[in-house]
Amino acid sequence: MTTIFSSPLTGCAGLLAAWGLIGLAGLLRPASVRFAGRTLFPLGAMAGLALAAIAGSSLLAGGTEQLVLPFGLPDLPFHLRLDPLSSFFLLLLGASSAGVSVFAGGYFRQGEGTAPGLLCLQYHLFLASMGWVLLADDAYGFMVAWEVMALSSYFLVTTQHRIPEIRRAGFIYLLMAHLGAIAILLCFGVLQGGSWQFTFDAMRAAHLAPAWAAAAFLLALAGFGLKAGLVPLHVWLPEAHPAAPSPVSALMSGVMLKTAVYGLLRVTLDLLGRPVWWWGLVPLILGLFTAFYGVVFAAVQTDMKRLLAYSSIENMGIVFTGLGLSVIFLGAGMQAVAALALLATLYHCLNHSFMKSLLFLGTGSVLHATGERNLGRLGGLIHSMPWVAWLTLIGALAIAGLPPLNGFVSEWLLLQSFLFADRVPHEFVNLLIPMGMALVALCAALAGYVMVKFFGVIFLGQPREPSLAHAHDCGRLERLGLAWLALGCVLLGLLPFQVVAALGAVTRQLVGAAVPQAASHWWLLAPVPGRAVSYGPIIFLAATAGVVALTALVVRLAYHQRVRRTPAWDCGFGSLTPRMQDTAEGFGQPIRNIFQSFFQIERELPAPSDRTPRYRIAIADRFWRTVYEPLGSSVQRLASAVAFLQQGRVSVYLLYSFVTLIVLLALALFA
Amino acid sequence: MPQIALDQQLLDACAAVMLLLSFAMLSQRRIVSLVNLYAVQGGALATATLLVAWRTGEGHLYLSAALTIALKVIFLPWLLHRLIRRLEVYWDTEPLLNVSGTMLAGLLIVVFAFGLAQPITQLASTATRSAIGIAVSVVLLAFLMMITRRKAMSQVVGFLSMENGLFFAAMSATYGMPMVVELGVALDVLVAMLVLGVFFFQIREQFDSLDLHHLESLKERD
Repeated sequence: MTTIFSSPLTGCAGLLAAWGLIGLAGLLRPASVRFAGRTLFPLGAMAGLALAAIAGSSLLAGGTEQLVLPFGLPDLPFHLRLDPLSSFFLLLLGASSAGVSVFAGGYFRQGEGTAPGLLCLQYHLFLASMGWVLLADDAYGFMVAWEVMALSSYFLVTTQHRIPEIRRAGFIYLLMAHLGAIAILLCFGVLQGGSWQFTFDAMRAAHLAPAWAAAAFLLALAGFGLKAGLVPLHVWLPEAHPAAPSPVSALMSGVMLKTAVYGLLRVTLDLLGRPVWWWGLVPLILGLFTAFYGVVFAAVQTDMKRLLAYSSIENMGIVFTGLGLSVIFLGAGMQAVAALALLATLYHCLNHSFMKSLLFLGTGSVLHATGERNLGRLGGLIHSMPWVAWLTLIGALAIAGLPPLNGFVSEWLLLQSFLFADRVPHEFVNLLIPMGMALVALCAALAGYVMVKFFGVIFLGQPREPSLAHAHDCGRLERLGLAWLALGCVLLGLLPFQVVAALGAVTRQLVGAAVPQAASHWWLLAPVPGRAVSYGPIIFLAATAGVVALTALVVRLAYHQRVRRTPAWDCGFGSLTPRMQDTAEGFGQPIRNIFQSFFQIERELPAPSDRTPRYRIAIADRFWRTVYEPLGSSVQRLASAVAFLQQGRVSVYLLYSFVTLIVLLALALFA
Repeated sequence: MPQIALDQQLLDACAAVMLLLSFAMLSQRRIVSLVNLYAVQGGALATATLLVAWRTGEGHLYLSAALTIALKVIFLPWLLHRLIRRLEVYWDTEPLLNVSGTMLAGLLIVVFAFGLAQPITQLASTATRSAIGIAVSVVLLAFLMMITRRKAMSQVVGFLSMENGLFFAAMSATYGMPMVVELGVALDVLVAMLVLGVFFFQIREQFDSLDLHHLESLKERD
């Protein structure tokens, strides 16, 4: 054991193997929920914690380590490498998956599609393959891990495979994942630059012509952007995330999307070396559009998991915006500012992995307790599920970008880096920047709106259905998982200074600079020397808490004696029922009206004479009709044209081979 | 006129017999006779192998000749005859291309094969190099036979005859393949034959016939 853990890289690889073994152990007793849930999933969580600890210490040490495994292809064994970039993402994987795994231990029940033991195998294979993606140091190993990740998550998405919609969602996911993998494969093909060496070291050394380098970058952006849900490649995401069981949605949204960011960072800033500034414009513009598109769609969703899925699209848009800015700055030779934008990107990845996992797990608990995903049938759950409600509230506040929680820090850092963009020596960028900043601010505000809707409709007010009265709070393991993630959100928000210092190693590796920190103020984040901008979350928290406490005290002293309880005024209508509360549709209606042109709305309004009036509204993605359906039908036409070859007669098939043989021989003869 | 050694003459005769038998198989519609022709072709192949072995003193060629006799002259024909009796398929139906047309196509193929073998013949240093063209012709003629027949049984005989041609080509170009490869190929043929035998029964059970045009209904769409 001492030899395995003597170096961080072998330690990480060993823990990934441990995940694989834990998964296989699930097959020992495939039908036992207790064995998988009480033993294996907590073990997996511990492995995740250990991985986070090793990766974290390696990140602080800032070293790079390589290893060649004795298996793989004959002349290309698997190469592994642990550097600050992969350490950071491994830390993210280990830390947030620990919470999700503990939760999953209490979440999975009997009789929900796939048997628990098999589910345990798929789940841990998914974790291990994500870790392998982060450690891989050759294109072959990377692609194998990437595909294992896609396949295992496909099986996890289709856990409830008896439901046709879920099978359809899984199919769309698998199809899109393969398209993305093709783009990534082509990207590696370009990156090897004629050397036919597929280790990442060889790709770093390869010199590409500018056009080829740009092609590699765009292919990587397409492939990884598809995995990350970049508009217009996002269509699989709102289908697959709601279809999966909640812990799986949490992992996919919280961690898997980040592997796409990792891949793009690895290719752009590491393998390609020096990017050209205009490359950054593409992820910047797409990212801004994605963020806006995602948040607007999130605002009008009525299914709580779809809402979160669109919110993930929004957050990935913000991450890509930061990434694009960083590439622009680096291409313009402004390393220090590039480091700031990159820092915001990485920080947001880490934050999102915690808060989105937390929210998805919260919806899982609500789903288990009530059996409802439709916001229109929920409400008032804070009374029956206080643990879930309060912990989810932390996640909701964080993702809405409110200080002193973590979401604010990364968005603030991103806005700070936007402020530097006017120094880029390209007029076009200067024109674009104010718009970009305004969009980011708008997205942050709309994200707040979305979260008010999400939390308010589910947990506040009165239960909209009588059955909700029987809702129960979640179990102990689930609470532990939720609490761990909520703790992460709080700590990442309160201690940004330490996080930024730890991320210095990553930015130094990728852009050759780190965001400076004055060591004397450990409680104050001041990323821009020479400008009077700083943020002290602890001060903010203390001030907020002080004001709240003071107000509470004053109210108590001044009014407490004179409280009178009476029924609410009912406009003379009669008794009020819980159905009269503001609904999710009603709350989202202003946004729907303002951004009408984005949606494809199908509305069913009741006539005044209807005995049983029914109001229905369906909001569809425009990209389905404008891009995907024509694409699909043209592929279908092409396929039926090719089907002409299938004549069904053995003689004809033999003739095909015969003619091929003759033609090839004739070529050999005459050429 | 230069004197040709007796063994060389015998070898050329064997090669000619093989080519002739290929044409005979191309025109033969009785399946029982087809199998007999196949057995005779195997015999010609074994004789040629023995001659080459005697002439070059390559020990492993004796072994492969023995293998050829055991497998292609005795065992496979016996198996095929048994199958024919049990499946009661004695005749193939009218081939897709009539016999004279098939023969003409076969002639063209032989010309093509000899043209193809020309550069190899010049490069090869073996005493048997003149037979390479014939060997390639045998392969292609067997392929042609598979294309023009309707019954699964005749196609299998075509497949086996093609393997004869391949074996002959290897022997005439380089005095045979390495022993391991030869053994492997022989085993492959054996296994393929057994598997196909199973298939025949399955096909007949499904369609009450071994006529392959029934398989056309298996394709995905019209």
